[in-house]
Amino acid sequence: MKKLGKAVVLFPFVLWMVLLILVPLALIAYYAFTKSDGNILQFSFENFKSFIRPDLLLVLARSLKLSLIATAICLFAGYPVAMILAGNTFKKKALLLVLFIAPMWMNFLLRTYAWLTLLEGTGVINTILDALGLGTHTFLGNENAVVFGMVYNLLPYMIFPIYSSICKISPNILEAAEDLGSNAYTRFTRIILPLSIPGVLSGITMVFVPGVTTFVISQFLGSGNVILIGDIIEQQFTRASNWGFGAAISIVVMIVVFICMWIINRFTDEPEVTML
Amino acid sequence: MGEHIIDLINISKSFDDTPVLSNFNLYIRKNEFITLLGPSGCGKTTTLRIIGGFDKPDTGQVLYKNQDIQTIPPNKRNFNTVFQKYSLFPHMNIYENIAFGLKIKKMPKDYIQEKVKWALKLINLSGYEKRKPDSLSGGQQQRVAIARAIVCEPEIILFDEPLGALDLKLRQEMQHELKKLKDSLGITFIYVTHDQEEALTMSDTIVVMSKGEIQQIGTPVDIYNEPKNRFVARFIGESNIVGGVMLEDFSVSFAGRKFECVDKGFGKNEEIDVVIRPEDIKLVPSGEGMLSGTVKSVFFKGVHYEMRVECGDIIWQVQSTMPEQPGENVGINIFPNDIHIMKKSEDLQFL
Repeated sequence: MKKLGKAVVLFPFVLWMVLLILVPLALIAYYAFTKSDGNILQFSFENFKSFIRPDLLLVLARSLKLSLIATAICLFAGYPVAMILAGNTFKKKALLLVLFIAPMWMNFLLRTYAWLTLLEGTGVINTILDALGLGTHTFLGNENAVVFGMVYNLLPYMIFPIYSSICKISPNILEAAEDLGSNAYTRFTRIILPLSIPGVLSGITMVFVPGVTTFVISQFLGSGNVILIGDIIEQQFTRASNWGFGAAISIVVMIVVFICMWIINRFTDEPEVTML
Repeated sequence: MGEHIIDLINISKSFDDTPVLSNFNLYIRKNEFITLLGPSGCGKTTTLRIIGGFDKPDTGQVLYKNQDIQTIPPNKRNFNTVFQKYSLFPHMNIYENIAFGLKIKKMPKDYIQEKVKWALKLINLSGYEKRKPDSLSGGQQQRVAIARAIVCEPEIILFDEPLGALDLKLRQEMQHELKKLKDSLGITFIYVTHDQEEALTMSDTIVVMSKGEIQQIGTPVDIYNEPKNRFVARFIGESNIVGGVMLEDFSVSFAGRKFECVDKGFGKNEEIDVVIRPEDIKLVPSGEGMLSGTVKSVFFKGVHYEMRVECGDIIWQVQSTMPEQPGENVGINIFPNDIHIMKKSEDLQFL
């Protein structure tokens, strides 16, 4: 009876997993590992072989590089914010929290479009700069613009896991550390930082993975000059109609991301993070 | 006893306009085991936190060996605290936890090793170096917290209800261990608890507090035998408290009768309160006692029976190893040494 109850409760979740995760993954694998000669369907590694091309590997390397830079910026910008948010001395906590959450209430595409109008050649910022006699500048169409877009869109995903792991540190523990002679600096390095590592790692995961695979940011803010691996995959499914090749690249990216995550997770023994 | 190590002078402290301490004065002598005792909200923990430097008083002075230490942060004070809730560092093992204070002070490595080993032996946890705090029981964790404080060789250890979360048996064991520790280390212990038995067992001096004010300071024996007012009498152990009149020195009237007593110095015919501990009331066969009454109820409490005896409009709580029958008529004897006279206090605000 108890078993049945459990099964009933788990059913929607299992259905969800199967329909929206396992089935699509199986389909991707199907497309990636097959090739059709006329009407005959064959198992083949051809799609993977055709990925091994200098220009495509370069795109993959660029994706990893830009996402890594964005992740690093998010970490160093987000950690202090998370600490300030978690500190009990900060009175306007709610306001600051809302400020960081508010952009997430808006559609991702809209937000990125908004930056396009702000930053483009004849955009708001250039108009103002021009009026001030500072001339116009090219902000878009380069790697910096793409990194900027990633940081802007993904920063909250770095801040909140760190914020919640710092919040979980009991004030008792910090008082005990102070009591035992540690000052603000050693309290940070020996207590707060090590105890917030789980948050840092999940923040890194939540910024790095979408960063590697994005194609919207590179298309909008990169103006087509900065091609990321996400763009290539998207092209295969849309314009090129080469689903097999797109699926193969997706699997390659998936494996690369898994390896990256595995390396990151070497740094912790916290089970909740290794789950990610 | 030795010189003052801590003086609290005219300390006042409020949280959000609620006064917690008002005009609080207390001195603590070197090597003393002093206990701040009172119900929750009486200001005892706040007093401890002010000494530790975690809270700042609104007014008043905190002196350490006659030096004002209010501007000195907790990490620069040579005191260590054992906190109420387990406050071990969860990411460090037991060795690292105990070594923390010494590492911060940049002590040499072999000194730290030796010290931690010594402390682990002292708290009976040798061999637990590599364990994480969450794999230890509550009592073990609290012992580690004590060891972590002791290795720093502080001049004062502050205890904030360290045994509150432990079960009775363990608590009693730890009380004896703490007392032993105190005697062997020669460190001043300032201890906060709401458990009167704990205070009586361990302390050299007890400070009974209520509503941010000191009700009585004294040795455990003084506090128990000569409570100054109704609050102290009720808070420390069970007691019968009845109204009476002091007729003259060594003579008091209560329960409709005159009694001989050992107290003096009250006004003639002054209204007073009389405290009599339940174990000091002697039951004798009906008609042979100073008072006579009827047994209302009898409860077995292990070492003794607890009985309620009705005499007119007073119900006496009596403890005796010999039970009576409910409904039986008995006599009551109360001897001069067992009658404690207190000034009348507006007791309604207490308890």
